[in-house]
Amino acid sequence: MVGAFQDKANHATFSNIHLLFQHPYVDAYWGSLRISVITAVAGSFFGILVAYAAIRDGTPRWIRSVLTTFSGVAANFGGIPLAFAFIATLGPLGVVTTWFRNGGYDLSVRWPQFQLFSERGVELAYMYFQLPLMILVIAPALDGLKREWREAASNLGAKGWQFWRYVGIPVLMPSFLGAFILLFGNAFAAYATAYSLNQGQNIVPILIGNYYTGNVLDNPHLAQALAFGMFVVLAVMMLLYIPLQRRAARWSK
Amino acid sequence: MSYLELQDLHRNFGAVKALNGINIALGEGEFLSLLGPSGCGKTTALRLVAGFDRPDAGGIVVDGREITNVPPNKRDMGMVFQAYSLFPNMNARQNVEFGLRIRGKHKGDGSKRVDDLLELVGLSHAVDRYPHQLSGGMQQRVALARALAIEPRVLLLDEPLSALDAKVRVQLREEIRRIQLELGITTLYVTHDQEEALAISDHVAVMYGGVIEQMGTPAEMYTAPATPFVAEFIGTMNRLDATVLDGTTGEVEHSGLRLQVDAARGRRTGERVLVLIRPESLELEARTDGVPPNSFTGEVLTQTFLGPVTRVKVTGTGTSLIADMSTARAAALPVGAQVVARIPSQGAKLISLPDDGPGLPALDPDDQ
Repeated sequence: MVGAFQDKANHATFSNIHLLFQHPYVDAYWGSLRISVITAVAGSFFGILVAYAAIRDGTPRWIRSVLTTFSGVAANFGGIPLAFAFIATLGPLGVVTTWFRNGGYDLSVRWPQFQLFSERGVELAYMYFQLPLMILVIAPALDGLKREWREAASNLGAKGWQFWRYVGIPVLMPSFLGAFILLFGNAFAAYATAYSLNQGQNIVPILIGNYYTGNVLDNPHLAQALAFGMFVVLAVMMLLYIPLQRRAARWSK
Repeated sequence: MSYLELQDLHRNFGAVKALNGINIALGEGEFLSLLGPSGCGKTTALRLVAGFDRPDAGGIVVDGREITNVPPNKRDMGMVFQAYSLFPNMNARQNVEFGLRIRGKHKGDGSKRVDDLLELVGLSHAVDRYPHQLSGGMQQRVALARALAIEPRVLLLDEPLSALDAKVRVQLREEIRRIQLELGITTLYVTHDQEEALAISDHVAVMYGGVIEQMGTPAEMYTAPATPFVAEFIGTMNRLDATVLDGTTGEVEHSGLRLQVDAARGRRTGERVLVLIRPESLELEARTDGVPPNSFTGEVLTQTFLGPVTRVKVTGTGTSLIADMSTARAAALPVGAQVVARIPSQGAKLISLPDDGPGLPALDPDDQ
């Protein structure tokens, strides 16, 4: 953190911090925030739906076991191997892309807006670990929803949506918020997958890597300032999260 | 006319017949306990009445209206669950208010009703507490108030006291009965605790293997069990597998022991019967010269102190009996003492056994 406030001669300065508000650094923060929020929102939303579908009464237990095992593996599958898995699958010469092309359906022609080597592509790759992570984190909370609560609500006259409105969602909310923050942080700090998919991608972890390794310019103090900026963003997220979480979980104190 | 009717209800889970044709007719304002061991079908029956499950055959009628296929949220039934089922995100007041809120009646009279119910269950001082801040007994009181808030047509209680400690259990069961009588609400209560069922019910139905073995008042169930299972399940019972020697005099024989039993009069000679004798019917005294008629001689094997009463197990040739006697008198009959147990000819009950069927398992009366 001290390095963020020093120049190359180790003199104190705010110039690195000042630079964070200039192009291209502020754009990098917006890029990181965009990817993180989109993948956290999508991962949370679809993750909780998939987890609920697997856990709810009536679903065969083996589905849950398979899903949990897969999620455990997939949530930890990231970095360069994940990026190359996507390139080999959905890249211009990927297996799926080629398969479609040979079948007369050229994805690059029919669906030109999708490029794996783009921000959307990075988000798609991130979803591969964001969604399973949400499933792993939220499954115990869904398990904690007692069948008796639903039956009691029904017995007292509530319809299904009223149970969720008054009981299910409020009870899940603290866990959901916690999981969302985890997913946000997970995406915000991810580096290798985005780096492998698109080195020109303007997100903060890639800039930090560039400045640290001297890939573009050798300026470790600017890299430290960028890292300090990430810390501030996460701190702000936590400041937003804590009162929300406290409010959502006020009944459990 | 019956207010709640369960008509020939059947429910199978795969090959298991959870309910095999049960019939119940309960009058308005009456309290019926479904009593039986785990897996006998009592909770299945309650869940069918609540609407959480559907019968494979048969029907449920409340106040003349068929409700078998009515969804649970339209049945107007209040239920208290075995597991604590209060909504954890709501305090005691909000929990009780929930059903009224769903109906849009939680303000004005509804609000007063919530206050009245919380007072009725003795929790006026804890309305702002969340479930985790309440003891188990308090949580079940709130659950009871919540179930009553919607003015249900039938109150259903699924072993509501089983998770509570013994003292609270006794206290709360008396409160449930008091409130039930005060509100005059028709109540179906599920329990495996025979003492609980006998203590608070107008009627008791003992279930086993998906059927009702016997239904009657608590006194009838205790004094005149109709089947070996009921005899074993309700209270403690000495059970003697016997044969009628003389149907005119009522003489029966068990392991060489000849007894005069009034209930055996009119029975066919040679008929196999089960003689049932309550421990409190036996009179124990120290053995002296001679053996009085209709008595059993043996040695005191164990004594179990039960407070004002001591349970004494006597073993003799071919059989064992247990007797309950005052603790003061039991002191004069220590373990090892030779005693005589008088068996009153009027006190014993009789149940027919199949002539060619297997004999009863040799149950230890202490295990009953």
